[in-house]
Amino acid sequence: MEYIKAFLVGGLICVVGQQLMDRTKLTPARILVLFVSLGCFLGAFGIYEKLVEFAGAGASVPLPGFGYNLYKGVVSEIDKEGFIGILTGGLKATSAGIMAAVFFGFLSALTFDPKEK
Amino acid sequence: MDDTYIGKEKYKEMVKETAPKSKTTANSFRAFIVGGGICVIGQIIHNLCLSAGAGRDSAGTYTAVVLIFLGCLLTGLGIYDKIGKFAGAGSVVPITGFANSVSAPAIEFKKEGYVLGVGAKIFVVAGPVIVYGTISSIIVGLIYYFTR
Repeated sequence: MEYIKAFLVGGLICVVGQQLMDRTKLTPARILVLFVSLGCFLGAFGIYEKLVEFAGAGASVPLPGFGYNLYKGVVSEIDKEGFIGILTGGLKATSAGIMAAVFFGFLSALTFDPKEK
Repeated sequence: MDDTYIGKEKYKEMVKETAPKSKTTANSFRAFIVGGGICVIGQIIHNLCLSAGAGRDSAGTYTAVVLIFLGCLLTGLGIYDKIGKFAGAGSVVPITGFANSVSAPAIEFKKEGYVLGVGAKIFVVAGPVIVYGTISSIIVGLIYYFTR
């Protein structure tokens, strides 16, 4: 059941992205930016948390899940550290993802050469 | 008003309604299958982390890291590009798509050197994502701080 929920919700979030790409000609880069920011604001409204509770990876693996982590980080750091948490919280919660992307992205550039087109 | 003119307009409308729609539906179906599938893989990794003794939060973090690793690896092997051609947003929206957006330009611009090629282009999509993501989190943080 857990896997079915992850599949359905994750798939539907991708359908929203696909519809945006087909209907509004938004580029993938804009979709990523939009979805991360959207996830952060949906987190603030308490909506995304419910979606993660319901769908697990189906909500946390798509990019709005990344935005939701930004929201979670900023709130928990404000609760812990006060005002400075506004600036430290977002990246603290998402640091592993960003560091991993930079590190593995760099490794991939070291290892692989561009494909002939 | 001229009948043929209306006919043309109608025809345009019909084309607009029918042709792209069926294409859009097929695109969305493929995005659904692949995007959902990537999330199931994520759920499997998440559950493996939990059964290996990780806490709920760190299991989520490990899941993201493993998926990012897989996204970069498949990008380097040229496989992610093929998945992307089939799946569209199904390959863009999951976090593996974020990894792809980091890895693909880094590999592509290798010939321009490691500083202004790899180092700069690695952020060509990730940069905007981080800029607008962090700004969103600051806005949300300010609102939360002053209203809690």
